[in-house]
Amino acid sequence: MGVGMDDLEDLRVGVLKHISEVSDEGELENLRLRFLGKKGEISLKMRELGSMNPEQKMTYGPLLNSLKDEINSALIAKKTAFQDTALDERLRTEWLDVTLPGRVRGEGTIHPVSQVTDEVTEIFADMGFLVAEGPQIESDWYNFDALNIPSHHPARGEMDTFYMKHPKNSNEPPHVLRTHTSPVQIRTMQSSGAPIKVICPGRVYRADYDQTHTPMFHQVEGLALDKNITMANLKWVLEEFVRAFFEVDEVELRFRASHFPFTEPSAEVDIRCSWSGGQLKVGEGDDWLEILGSGMVHPNVLKAGGIDPEKWQGFAFGMGIDRIAMLKYGIPDLRSFFDSDLRWLKHYGFAALDQPILSTGLSK
Amino acid sequence: MKFTFSWLKEHLDTTASVSEIGDALTDLGLEVENILDPASHLESFTIGKIIKAEQHPNADRLRVCLVQTDEGEKQIICGADNARTGINVVVAKPGSYVPGIDTTIGVGNIRGVESEGMMCSEREMGMSDEHDGIIEIPSGQIGEKFVDWLKVKNPSKMDAVIEIAITPNRPDALGVRGIARDLAAKGIGVLKAQEKVTLPGKFESQVKVSIDKDTQKNGCEIFSGRLIRKVKNGPSPTWLQDRLIALGLRPISILVDITNFFTFDSNRPLHVFDADKLSGNLRVHKLTKPTEFIGLDEKKYYLSEGMVVISDDKEIVSIAGIMGGLNSGCTDTTQNVFLEAAIWNNVQIAKTGRVLKINSDARYRNERGIDPGFNNEAIELASKMIVELCGGEPSIVTSAGKVESKARSYKLDLNRVNTLVGMDVSEGEQLRILGELGFEVNQGRAFPPSWRPDILGEADLVEEIVRVSSLQNLIGKPLARTNIGVPKPVLTLLQRRERTARRTLASIGYNECVSYSFIDRDSALQFCGGDDLIPLENPISIDMGYMRQDLLPNLLKAAQRNQARGFLDLSLFEVGTIFSGKEPGQQSIVATGLLIGNTSPRDPHGDRRAVDVFDAKADMEIILQALVAPKTTKIYRDTPKVWHPGRSGRISLGPKNTLAVFGEVHPKIVKSFGLKGSVLAFTVLIENIPTRKVNTATRDALTISDFQAVDRDFSFIIDDRVEASLVVGAAESIDKSLIESVTVFDEFSGVKASQQFGDGKKSLAISVRLQPRDKTLTDKEIDEISSKIVMAVIDKTGGELRS
Repeated sequence: MGVGMDDLEDLRVGVLKHISEVSDEGELENLRLRFLGKKGEISLKMRELGSMNPEQKMTYGPLLNSLKDEINSALIAKKTAFQDTALDERLRTEWLDVTLPGRVRGEGTIHPVSQVTDEVTEIFADMGFLVAEGPQIESDWYNFDALNIPSHHPARGEMDTFYMKHPKNSNEPPHVLRTHTSPVQIRTMQSSGAPIKVICPGRVYRADYDQTHTPMFHQVEGLALDKNITMANLKWVLEEFVRAFFEVDEVELRFRASHFPFTEPSAEVDIRCSWSGGQLKVGEGDDWLEILGSGMVHPNVLKAGGIDPEKWQGFAFGMGIDRIAMLKYGIPDLRSFFDSDLRWLKHYGFAALDQPILSTGLSK
Repeated sequence: MKFTFSWLKEHLDTTASVSEIGDALTDLGLEVENILDPASHLESFTIGKIIKAEQHPNADRLRVCLVQTDEGEKQIICGADNARTGINVVVAKPGSYVPGIDTTIGVGNIRGVESEGMMCSEREMGMSDEHDGIIEIPSGQIGEKFVDWLKVKNPSKMDAVIEIAITPNRPDALGVRGIARDLAAKGIGVLKAQEKVTLPGKFESQVKVSIDKDTQKNGCEIFSGRLIRKVKNGPSPTWLQDRLIALGLRPISILVDITNFFTFDSNRPLHVFDADKLSGNLRVHKLTKPTEFIGLDEKKYYLSEGMVVISDDKEIVSIAGIMGGLNSGCTDTTQNVFLEAAIWNNVQIAKTGRVLKINSDARYRNERGIDPGFNNEAIELASKMIVELCGGEPSIVTSAGKVESKARSYKLDLNRVNTLVGMDVSEGEQLRILGELGFEVNQGRAFPPSWRPDILGEADLVEEIVRVSSLQNLIGKPLARTNIGVPKPVLTLLQRRERTARRTLASIGYNECVSYSFIDRDSALQFCGGDDLIPLENPISIDMGYMRQDLLPNLLKAAQRNQARGFLDLSLFEVGTIFSGKEPGQQSIVATGLLIGNTSPRDPHGDRRAVDVFDAKADMEIILQALVAPKTTKIYRDTPKVWHPGRSGRISLGPKNTLAVFGEVHPKIVKSFGLKGSVLAFTVLIENIPTRKVNTATRDALTISDFQAVDRDFSFIIDDRVEASLVVGAAESIDKSLIESVTVFDEFSGVKASQQFGDGKKSLAISVRLQPRDKTLTDKEIDEISSKIVMAVIDKTGGELRS
């Protein structure tokens, strides 16, 4: 007994030398089988331990185990070295021209009219205004009479109204394309009664076409009715709106007396601004820019909406969505809004995820 | 409405400047559109005297002048022939702006000689076209401002012209006097008293007037007139001509100019007939039959039944309140004139004017309302002016009808300004304003003056007070929130869906268009069918004659325009209203997307391919899913005629409730819109998607099986018109609880498939995923269900398993 155990040191040196000298992974595997395989030299010596007495076991057991561990580590280290070399070799051949363009995914856009409508909705929602809508083909009554514009009223002639084709023998006045969003006021009064806080965005139509007029454009109407609403409340609401919409700290609004058949008193509203290099700055400067018409709802209009003017009062206002979009985003030509020119859509459009939210700020 | 500053001062005693007047007018609601103030350009010019004029050493036509100015002697080079020693001239010193040549003068050097300024002609000063030498003025002090001198010597040249926009409620402000009254109420001066005149008639007018009974009520309240005989007509005096010219009117003759004067001075249209051209008496009546008429503008009008006219014994002589007749008009030779002032029914005037399309000053004013309290005064004032300027003697005034009293009063609650507007105006100030505007206040009630037909209630009184007091004093006050706390969502389900559709489409690469609601007739016929078109009565152009019943036509046009500009890969969409009839409410919101060209721009990666039906289908499905449409829909092939009959489908909930249509647009349509290539599109009918029944944010519980899922692939050979949905449905039906999904992963069809599988055959491969819930499947169980699937597909399709 004991034979073979004494040359363990020679074995160790020999094995490590073999390992250091192999030239590929295959040879390395052969070495592993030769020493650590089932019938490998180390494995055979391990087996001999079983026939030894306890003292011998105490001596040779640890020696053999540590030899086995050492050989194992050397094999793994050698294997890793081979793999690293192989990877380095592969990476040397793998080269891409990373300046080539990436795969392009088409970017969609939201039209400024939609974006600004969402912005307006977001601001007024915060002040508690619901969104109401109504028909675009509208009866003469809703578009005019109910709004205190009787058939002979000169304002009718000034509106460039589109009429729907109408049977010649009919006694009813022809329907019109609504010339403003104001009919929605009446419909809302009729359907929900007072109190009311709504805005009514939508398409409106006037038979006019030049650089600043298109036969279709977008308006947003506002209506607030309650027991004690005053024109001072109107001014505050508009100040808040303009400040939030144009994303400035201060605004100054100027109310100018005017006339609309459906409000009394009526006022046109200007904002203080400056123009430099075609850019509008709101809240500063010496210019005044007219942005909307407004007033206290005329008692006749309340009556038409089935609301008692002795009990309820409130304000209404209307402004052009396209117009405030042009002002805020510096879009020069109204006609281009409806042209669907891809260059325009991409340039003035908004990303899908740019949904206006007050907590993040309305625009980028 | 245009007027001059000096005309305003005839009615208003004021020291205010033109610009102060302008600001006050805008604030009052009489919005200034333009002010033309010649004086504003001439402020820097002063009077000088040439004390020496010598020939320029280097130029034959120039003179070197020494000019005495308020800043001492200046050397000025001048080319005018009349520049000579001793004359008074107008000097522009260096730094002055010279409007006629649009230049700011500096110190210059003209042919080697220094020149310190300029002596000006009228044209150079922008005063007239006169350029025959420099201005020589016969008087004036050296150094005196030229404007000051001119204001005294030639005020009409210095008169500012102010143009304001008049809202339809303010007929009174269509006369200078009404404007002056507003300004006086605002504290910009004092309204001068109106001259009271009575010209006693010397004889009875031979021309009598009458109003038919049926015309008194809604035609003519009062018709007054007077004959003035032995007048001498001719050109008006300069002051009158100047006034009219300043407003852009052409002076015609004294008699006509006087009527125009009153039109603008007091909003009082008048008419003058040449009495010698009238036959007998004047009668106001409604036409009983259509009649031709030649107006003062020498145009022929076709008057229809019911229109109110003035006739003499022979013929119509005037379209009442709108336009007189050519045959009875005054000319330079008129010797006897009949002056008319009447109060016409404004509704009647508006209707007749609109039908005849006459936009005369008379119609404009008569349809807005003439002060009925000023009818007789106007006759007196106008006849006085006629007699003064043309001589002649007036008859006794003849009159028919009477002014209907419109006297009315409204409760004057001095607290109402505060409760309605939220502005404080003292009681004294409120009463003062109403008083200045001509209201009478008596026992807590306010009586509007006769010239304010627009005052019809308490709110109007408030408006008058705050308007004059100035809305610039209004201070905003917070509007109370309806609910305290975090605001609730405000959009309806439909509004939210509209927004979701829009943002989802943009997120998958579509560009949003907003197109007109109008389409042309050809598109309307192609897309909507013959009887159901929705035409406009007065379209703005032939291309916009009908309301759209589909979003596709305008998107196709947009695509065509973009293709023409060289953009060949397009994905456009619109979410908007379409119309189904011409009644209010016959409209709905739909989302339409359109694809043309390739899936991506050209790139070096080689993934580019032409878009096809399944791109459109996938995008449509994304929208349906985003809108939480039910999954129990079926695809029908019966799409409208604008779609390719074999390459389009209709997604429907039951056979009738269409949620969407997708596919290739019919090649004929594509061609007719001038488009190249095939066009893929889809429309989602947002409003047809049913509302979810359960309205909760809570999700169904997630069930995940711990047992291994098994995928099995099957390939079938079937007739090539057998639809994949049939195969999938057959497989799914075998065991709904075990079969989690059936997906098509391969289709091989066409000529090569026919060669391989036989004529009209294709192969279709599906992958079936089996998901056991309570134990792992054995091979035997898997084989069993597999053979059931194969049998079911073969049974449904008549095909066979591909070996």
